[in-house]
Amino acid sequence: MSASHHDDVHDEAPAGLKVLAVSTTHPRVRTVQISRPEPQDVSFLAATAKGLGVTLKHFARNLFLPRKSLAARAQAGAPPDEKFFGDFQRNEIETVQYPEEKVKYPERFRGLHRLTLRDDGAVRCVACMCCPTVCPAHCITIIPAETDDKGIEKKPAVFEIDELRCVVCGLCVEACPCDAIRMDTGEHAKPVEDRARAIETKETMMARGVPSIATQGGEGPNWRAGGHEVTPDDVNR
Amino acid sequence: MKTLYDILDWPGTKWIFLILALVMPLASLLTWAERRQSAMMQDRLGPNRANIGPIKLKGILHFVADAVKMIFKEDFVPANVHKGLFTLAPILALAPVLIAFCIIPFGPTIYPHSYFETLDPYLLATQPTNVKFADSIRMQMFQVDFGLIFYFAVLTLANYGGTIAGWASYNKWALLGGLRSSSQMMSYEVAMGLALMGAFLVTGSLEPGFIAAHGASNEMSGSNPLNWLWLWQPVGFLLFFTAAIAETKRAPFDIPEGEPEIIGYFVEYSGMRWGIFFLAEFIEIVFISSVIATVFFGGWQVPFLDADGFRIGGYMDPIHHVSVGGWSLPLPHAVVTGLQFAAFGLKVILLCWFQLLVRWTLPRFRADQLMALGWKLLLPLSLANIMVTALIKLLFMEA
Ligand code: SF4
Ligand code: SF4
Repeated sequence: MSASHHDDVHDEAPAGLKVLAVSTTHPRVRTVQISRPEPQDVSFLAATAKGLGVTLKHFARNLFLPRKSLAARAQAGAPPDEKFFGDFQRNEIETVQYPEEKVKYPERFRGLHRLTLRDDGAVRCVACMCCPTVCPAHCITIIPAETDDKGIEKKPAVFEIDELRCVVCGLCVEACPCDAIRMDTGEHAKPVEDRARAIETKETMMARGVPSIATQGGEGPNWRAGGHEVTPDDVNR
Repeated sequence: MKTLYDILDWPGTKWIFLILALVMPLASLLTWAERRQSAMMQDRLGPNRANIGPIKLKGILHFVADAVKMIFKEDFVPANVHKGLFTLAPILALAPVLIAFCIIPFGPTIYPHSYFETLDPYLLATQPTNVKFADSIRMQMFQVDFGLIFYFAVLTLANYGGTIAGWASYNKWALLGGLRSSSQMMSYEVAMGLALMGAFLVTGSLEPGFIAAHGASNEMSGSNPLNWLWLWQPVGFLLFFTAAIAETKRAPFDIPEGEPEIIGYFVEYSGMRWGIFFLAEFIEIVFISSVIATVFFGGWQVPFLDADGFRIGGYMDPIHHVSVGGWSLPLPHAVVTGLQFAAFGLKVILLCWFQLLVRWTLPRFRADQLMALGWKLLLPLSLANIMVTALIKLLFMEA
């Protein structure tokens, strides 16, 4: 320990030690006797009985009492739900039976990607290639195509994300200038039986999509400019 | 009909019905019970998913899944192992436990010709050859006067399974595990045998069937819980129970397996070969429970249930050793034996449960602590127990 220069700290003899001799030149240097009970000299019975009592209590409580609600289990260390008698009216089993029971993830949890939609259900992405550029795992594949709408110019013909390679960093969401890609689904990638199935396509991500009302490119009337009422026309541009 | 009773009384039939149909399933279920129970003790749920279609039964089918998995795993034998001994070891571990079960009385003797009547214990004591008691079926495969000695002799052989497995594996960790296993057995078998010696002194018999039927004292009926040996031999019971847990090589005495450091004598085993070691361990738990139930907890006796029905406040006829008098509720032989079978099963299951509770409560000993506990505590205590028991018997009971 590097704290040896704090002279005052160690002047007291540590509890439980018998001091046999003290150095005359360095009073903090002492000969002490450590006395531990030799394990084989004491019977283990008392400690064993106590331990058995503890485990038995848990076992009985978990066997006979009803389970805690999912919400109570989701919060670590949360007190039991209701109190009928004493402290124990619910057992203490913390297990969440995953596929049947799901704990809600925190709001900022980065889940599977979704592609947001325009009001007419078309994909919002304009194939600007910001996200494949920024993606550290190079797992986004976009093949752009032209749109009829000259105000938009491009749309993705193919938009694929390889969820096996994705490191769930969220940079694609940060990079997108028009709120077209999000990771707020609250789901995580499901196990798959072959690699090809781990690739999210435009269709699957759009199926998870929600309409977005953010303004693309930050241009035109929007909340940033202030004082404008956002009309559906604005949103759709 | 005669032949049917002969077949039923044949040891092979009993072995099939009692061991293959009762003990083996119980041991397999224990593999599930152990995981569920440990989970419950640790605030978890444990395995509850194995199912056949919609039949889930809280995951009881996990042992079936385990068995299927282990049977279909690759039967891998590492290079350089001693092939013969490697194959022999699991068998040596399993067989003695199954053989030792022969001495356990699973239930009372059944008299088929008076199955639906109330048994007359006086008639049984005075005319055992009466036609009513012909073709009796004894629920014990092997009745010999040296019953418990036979059990010690046979179960010690099971230890060769572990030691030989360690030796044959051509693996230093396995060898260490095997050596630990034999040293542990050596130190605990002594205390174990000596711990039961007190029980021999009290009952005057080594025959488990006799101990179960008669209890400690001739003054009381064998069905009186105060006549069971746990009250007469509390120290012997504790010592035997401790040594027996060490015998099963489970925590807190799982030094031969020692998962954190050496993995143990079966480190080179996989698939069903390993599964047999595993099964042997669980059968041993059931066996130890049966022995403890038989010797210390009256075996198949139901409290206050005599051969002819419930009786409270009776006394023993000193000539025929038959319980008479008091308030009694006569019951047909079939009901009595049924209850007694169930009682034995319940006692065994409770003791298995308690062993699991111990296994999942206590941390394991160090090897030296284990030896110290065996030689310095259990052995002297069991010797002292014998001395004190003998002294008491000499001074107060043989007068
Ligand atoms: S989360 Fe990160 S790794 Fe995954 S697609 Fe987006 S940018 Fe790429
Ligand atoms: S950054 Fe947004 S708009 Fe650009 S390609 Fe990616 S998802 Fe589409």
